[in-house]
Amino acid sequence: MKSSPALTDLQFRLTAAAVFVAVLPHLLRLPWLISMPVLALIVLRWLQRRRSAKRLPAWIKLPLVLLFPVLIVFHYGNLFGREPGSALACAMLALKLLETDNRRDARAAICFSAFVLMSALLFDQGLWNTVLLCAALVILLAALRALESARTAWLPDLRSGAFALATALPLALCAFVLFPRLASPLWGAPNDTSARTGLGDRMAPGTMQELLIDDSPAFRVVFDDTPPPRDKLYWRGPVLWQFDGSAWTRPEWLASRPGDGDVRVRGARVGYEVTLEPSERHWLLALDVPLLAPQGAVRGADMSLVSRARVDDPTRYRMVSAPDYVLEPVLDPLHRRLALQLPPGFDPRSHALAQRWHDEFNGDPNRIIDAALDMIRGEFTYTLNAPLLGRDSVDDFLFDTKRGFCEHFSSAFTFLMRAAGIPARVVTGYQGGYFNRLGNYWVVRQSDAHAWSEVWLQGRGWVRVDPTAAVSPQRVQAGARAAAGASAPWYQADWLMAIRNRMDLVNRFWNDAIVQFNALRQQSLLTPFGVDKAEYPQLMLAMLVAGSLLLGLFAWWVMRAPKPAGDALDAAYARLCRKLARAGAARDPAEGPLTLAMRVAAAWPSQHDLQDLFAHYVGLRYAHALPDPERIQNFTRAVAALRLPAATQTARQSS
Amino acid sequence: MHGSILERPGRISGKRRGATLTGTAASAIRTSLRDRLFEYAERRLPALTRLKRVESLPIRLDRHRIYVLPTRFGLMLSLLLLVMLLGALNYNNNPALLLTCLFAAAAYQSVFAAFATLNRLEIAALRAEPCHAGGELEFSIHFHIATRPRHSLRLRATEAEIAFDLDRDGAATLRIPAPQRGWQRPGRLRLCSEYPFGLFEVWSWVNPEFAALVYPRLEENPPPLPRSGAQAYQLADRCSGDELAALREYQTGDPPRAIAWKASARRGELLVKEFETPHGQEIMLDFATLRGLPNEDRIARLAAWVCLAETARLPYALALPQTRIDAGLGAEHRHACLRALALAPGAAS
Repeated sequence: MKSSPALTDLQFRLTAAAVFVAVLPHLLRLPWLISMPVLALIVLRWLQRRRSAKRLPAWIKLPLVLLFPVLIVFHYGNLFGREPGSALACAMLALKLLETDNRRDARAAICFSAFVLMSALLFDQGLWNTVLLCAALVILLAALRALESARTAWLPDLRSGAFALATALPLALCAFVLFPRLASPLWGAPNDTSARTGLGDRMAPGTMQELLIDDSPAFRVVFDDTPPPRDKLYWRGPVLWQFDGSAWTRPEWLASRPGDGDVRVRGARVGYEVTLEPSERHWLLALDVPLLAPQGAVRGADMSLVSRARVDDPTRYRMVSAPDYVLEPVLDPLHRRLALQLPPGFDPRSHALAQRWHDEFNGDPNRIIDAALDMIRGEFTYTLNAPLLGRDSVDDFLFDTKRGFCEHFSSAFTFLMRAAGIPARVVTGYQGGYFNRLGNYWVVRQSDAHAWSEVWLQGRGWVRVDPTAAVSPQRVQAGARAAAGASAPWYQADWLMAIRNRMDLVNRFWNDAIVQFNALRQQSLLTPFGVDKAEYPQLMLAMLVAGSLLLGLFAWWVMRAPKPAGDALDAAYARLCRKLARAGAARDPAEGPLTLAMRVAAAWPSQHDLQDLFAHYVGLRYAHALPDPERIQNFTRAVAALRLPAATQTARQSS
Repeated sequence: MHGSILERPGRISGKRRGATLTGTAASAIRTSLRDRLFEYAERRLPALTRLKRVESLPIRLDRHRIYVLPTRFGLMLSLLLLVMLLGALNYNNNPALLLTCLFAAAAYQSVFAAFATLNRLEIAALRAEPCHAGGELEFSIHFHIATRPRHSLRLRATEAEIAFDLDRDGAATLRIPAPQRGWQRPGRLRLCSEYPFGLFEVWSWVNPEFAALVYPRLEENPPPLPRSGAQAYQLADRCSGDELAALREYQTGDPPRAIAWKASARRGELLVKEFETPHGQEIMLDFATLRGLPNEDRIARLAAWVCLAETARLPYALALPQTRIDAGLGAEHRHACLRALALAPGAAS
């Protein structure tokens, strides 16, 4: 066994760079308890190697190897799963760099870097993340190339890595599109419940605050025809019935009852397609009020859509909704009881106020609602920086702080309604969205999250009342950012959001074409070639054929003969000779232009232009050291225009 | 590959060297087995022996004689790519699959870059200065690169290996031990490369028609040059037959017979005829006088004497059973003598 050659400085540096770029996307995500030691390890190793090329002793390495699993178990509780696993991979890669002194180790480290790089995509499948990680492959390839020679310039390595990656793109895309996907996973899909922001089935003061400053898209919508006006764009999510004094929740048992709510549609139906970003929850969003449930989902009695499978990947479904409707004209007794439930012993002042309204207006719900909305409109302020609330959160909000956002308003309003004897519930979801003209679709962001109320009125069913719209009409008209004003974070500045909303087109394309590409869509890939449902063998065959074609093309490009040396005049003369050869008078390799001209004259006695052509060539080639470019062009054109009949017998014989 | 002396700059610790030695012993058996297998294969498949034949220069490498196989590292990477592929497919993670495909495509397409390092490469000429047996022959192999620079090339003979890059037409120097006097070929050379990523090895066999001369071994501590007075006289006697080379001024001690009287009379001062072989200092190196020594030792002694006489600037003549070389001095004369000694019967063919 040949011992592997030691690394030069450049080789080590490029290997370290490869390791660093592989770990970098994880470092931004890992807890500092793990990311800091990993980063420190890489930096210290770099510095140590700069001072001397000596190997590190085992008494340094061994404790470090043991330290990281301990740290990971300390933080995550175990070593397996997506999060701890990736943390462990990062740590091991950094440790590998510690003992990388020869070529074999460096190659192993670089290979493992590719793996770690790929694992970063398990956490974020976004376009820019993918592009950056793919670009990082350049450094890996450059490091591999540097291992092959002891030169000291790194730029050619980088250039060659970039070139290799660029030329690999067609083949990679071909393999990506045609490689048969698995219809069902071979082993369990990841089941981590990471703290991804999104709508929850619980609403307490402050839970939505995180959402309102999160700009990532929640879902995208393409309408079949004209969309409803903006102030009707209420995207229905979980409906919350139960209030325990601080939080609104959804009764689990209600979710499991696939009751088909009684909807009477008035006016037009709206058809559209929703593409939901992964939320790692079960909610599906639909325009108020959905008329059907997509495949694999149920519509609850409260018109919220629940998917049977958790939304771990971008999900697309078709929906039909009715913006104008009468929902549940006859209220189910169970629903009535639920919609009037209030926790005893909380918020006495609000109870008293509602009771007063009830008495004052003789229990007329419309006037009670107006009174409540008037109160909110008159004295309350919309802001994202809501003050903290105490035990009696509704009392505190209504009578003391008077500042808050949608969840405060909807919570307090619903409370007042119930206290006044009107069945009411909180509906969470999203409101509004941004229309991307370029892509002709709507993007709804997490920051568009919203909460409103529904009250049940005799003869009208459940009616949507949005108390937030009362205090801040632009929340509904212009969107959450406009309403937030100065309390919005800096990255939600109008001009920035305008750019980001336009750029969302690219993200949407990415989600559509790449992230959501699955076995189902792959089956219809070969329809243009007459294969209706492409199964494993057809896909494999198509991939082999297309891949071979691409490789053949590349091989031809690599092996093609270098361009023959010579100028434009030579090229034109060569063309003339080819024409003569086709006509039957091939030039002998040892034949000069004058002898060829004589032979040609015998073959085509009537073609005087041919003789002129030869005279022209001889004059250009042998009379001047640097022939006039214009005359060369003339000659080239004359050669191109030349038409020859087949040669006579004499010319053939002599050739 | 096994048992080869790799020319690499130092840094081999004592411990490692021991390991290498035992490794060589073990691999010697394997090598012979491998050689036997190759011999068998070449007997059965005559096409294989095609590249064993000596070829005249220049040798141009093309696709008919360039071979490619993945390296061990290439196989390891394939395994890793398989794992990445399975992971991406299992989690239905398309971006990860795209990254895997991209890396795989870049890795596997490097086979073309590997091929292009050898394709159209031309071995234009070989040169080697003679050396003494027991030393090393420095073969300088001149390459002509038709188009682009060639990187990370390695050239391997049975007992030596060098790594080099060719940014333009240039030469690589391969040092091969020369154990025996006579003509020595560089043998079948393996020109190979793992460029660009070490995933594939491309190689080609070349056996250029060239042989370098290996001078005989020099005897260590040879006896002094044979210079008896009688010999000197005898040699001086023969000088009359030598050709007149030039005239020079008389110096005390010049033999009177050497004075050119007629020319001296014309010039008015004494002039002496100078012959190509100054009299009385010529040394006769005769194979026949060294009776009692084995053949190779005689040749080694004569060779040592040739070098001694050359450094002492003493003219010498060489007499071998088949050849005689008249007395003389200078690099050319020395080469002629050593060449005659190198090619004396019993030399390597």
